[in-house]
Amino acid sequence: MADPFLSIQHVRKSFGATTVVEDFNLDVERGEFVSFLGPSGCGKTTVLRMVAGFEEPSAGTIVVSGKDITRLKPNQRNVGMVFQAYALFPNLTVAQNIGFGLKVAGMPRADIDARVTEMLGIIKLPQMADRYPYQLSGGQQQRIALARAIAPKPKLLLLDEPLSALDAKVRVSLREEIRSIQKKLGITTIFVTHDQEEALSISDRIAVMYGGKAEQVGTPFEIYNRPATKFVANFVGTLNVLEGTVTDAAAGTVRVNSEQVSLKGKLNGSKSGDTLSLALRPEAISLGRQPGRDSSLSGEISEVHFLGSVIRVRVGIGGNTVSLDTFNSPATPPPAVGEKAEISFSSSDMLVLH
Amino acid sequence: MKSGKFWAWLVFALGAAYFFIPLIATVEFSMRMRRGEYSFDAYKVVLGDARFQATFGYSVLAAVFTIILGVLIVVPAAYWIRLRLPQLRPIVEFITLLPLVIPAIVIVFGYIRMYGSNSPLPFLATDTGTNALLVIGYATLALPYMYRAVDTGLRTIDVRTLTEAAQILGAGWGTIITRVILPNVLIAVLSGAFLTFAIVIGEFTMASLLNRPAFGPYLQNIGANRAYEPAALAIIAFAITWGCMSLIQILSRFAPKSANRPN
Ligand SMILES: Nc1ncnc2c1ncn2[C@@H]1O[C@H](COP(=O)(O)OP(=O)(O)O)[C@@H](O)[C@H]1O
Ligand SMILES: [Mg+2]
Repeated sequence: MADPFLSIQHVRKSFGATTVVEDFNLDVERGEFVSFLGPSGCGKTTVLRMVAGFEEPSAGTIVVSGKDITRLKPNQRNVGMVFQAYALFPNLTVAQNIGFGLKVAGMPRADIDARVTEMLGIIKLPQMADRYPYQLSGGQQQRIALARAIAPKPKLLLLDEPLSALDAKVRVSLREEIRSIQKKLGITTIFVTHDQEEALSISDRIAVMYGGKAEQVGTPFEIYNRPATKFVANFVGTLNVLEGTVTDAAAGTVRVNSEQVSLKGKLNGSKSGDTLSLALRPEAISLGRQPGRDSSLSGEISEVHFLGSVIRVRVGIGGNTVSLDTFNSPATPPPAVGEKAEISFSSSDMLVLH
Repeated sequence: MKSGKFWAWLVFALGAAYFFIPLIATVEFSMRMRRGEYSFDAYKVVLGDARFQATFGYSVLAAVFTIILGVLIVVPAAYWIRLRLPQLRPIVEFITLLPLVIPAIVIVFGYIRMYGSNSPLPFLATDTGTNALLVIGYATLALPYMYRAVDTGLRTIDVRTLTEAAQILGAGWGTIITRVILPNVLIAVLSGAFLTFAIVIGEFTMASLLNRPAFGPYLQNIGANRAYEPAALAIIAFAITWGCMSLIQILSRFAPKSANRPN
């Protein structure tokens, strides 16, 4: 395999006695879009700030295209960064903001102007050159901040929760815009977020972080469908958790609410009599027996929410409740609360949480 | 609602009367130099006095140097404290308040002991040295006002994030201070500068004890020996201060508006 473009190796960061990041490892390919996803306080920003050079790692190294940058100052790294609070310079116009890094680098005036115009085109705000930041909406300010960060053609683009100060609609459209600009320019990007939908929808890969460590690194598909740890399974997506007891470890059978489910090959190391947490995504469950689904459980419908195209149904199974979504069909009325119901699923979709 | 407004206006009127009556009385008195009619004779005498021109010029120059010195010390210090040493802020605020508590006369006697012509650092042996000491002393006196003005200005911007945004774009400290921080706190710096100006123009103790030809001792001298001229001088001094304040107001219209509040 070719050397990765960005390599974060065994990075640790302590503030005084508290260790905030522990043995963090990540390799990022050239042009890749990697998200750090995790709850607030898990160390995402700290890792990003170490890559930017604002914090010095207590241990470990950070390498960009073969060069160790661990101890370089931020202004020597050629990295672009977008902050949650936009951080546009209030005294400068939009054009001056975008041209700031170019001017610092000593680019001739005419070249700066050309590059600024090009950037304004890329972010689709061509008429805004002479405005001041306070005259722009949050979404516009953040696009200017993005243009400012990428104008000097940085090796890396770092975004620290760039969308969390914006309202929901702008958030969705801007994240798609960020992704398409990133793809067009082929710029290697790290995107920090605590919003799983955001991370799933725009990333090549996601590093799910918890307690200062990368719990799992993988594509959105892998993270969602094959979570490596209980934390990842719970944090990403909605999850229905059922308690089960191993009845026969060798055969791989588990009893869930007095019914048997076969989980052959998934029990790795559990003994008969062990209690397990079993998880199912809502979309892996169907109401009623369906062809191709090898397992089923019976219960009682406890809630029905009509959401338009989708009907979200909650089914009580023993002491647990399971959520599932069915598509609305004009010919069939939705199920009623209190009805007996059977749910079916493929045992291969069931996750055993460790 | 109505009665609330009434009381508000009453308090305002009382305050205004407290402020304006002595002022009007002083103006009125300053114009009575010529018997039986109002005139600006007192002002003509004052403004035509060569000592007025000399001492006023001296003090203006001292004020300019004091402002430059104060800005050079206070802006980087207040910036650095906000950026890197926030835990030091209470201590620094306390230190900047000391000039309000310690009388200027104490500083001057300290100077005379430390820098007298027989000391190892004989600043007071030459005029230039004494002038420099005076400016340094003035900068100390103005410190509480300058520091507070600048610190308030820095509070309106997100110093840390703006600094980091500039750093990651390749800027060094010089660029950050001159292109990012200073322009955004310029109005605050100017209001600190005008306060400094007002303090230096009227300062008496230091200038007098260091035997400098400043405006403060001249004011005192006129006040002790004449009748109408001191009133005219008071009005002139007041007009200067008022002018400074109006300039602050006008300039603040041009202040860059902060847009660093995520909505
Ligand atoms: N300069 C600092 N000094 C002390 N603790 C810090 C500092 N910066 C961050 N932390 C702590 O490190 C932890 C991780 O912070 P951060 O990386 O900002 O988390 P996230 O971005 O994932 O929300 C938090 O508990 C935070 O309080
Ligand atoms: Mg953070």
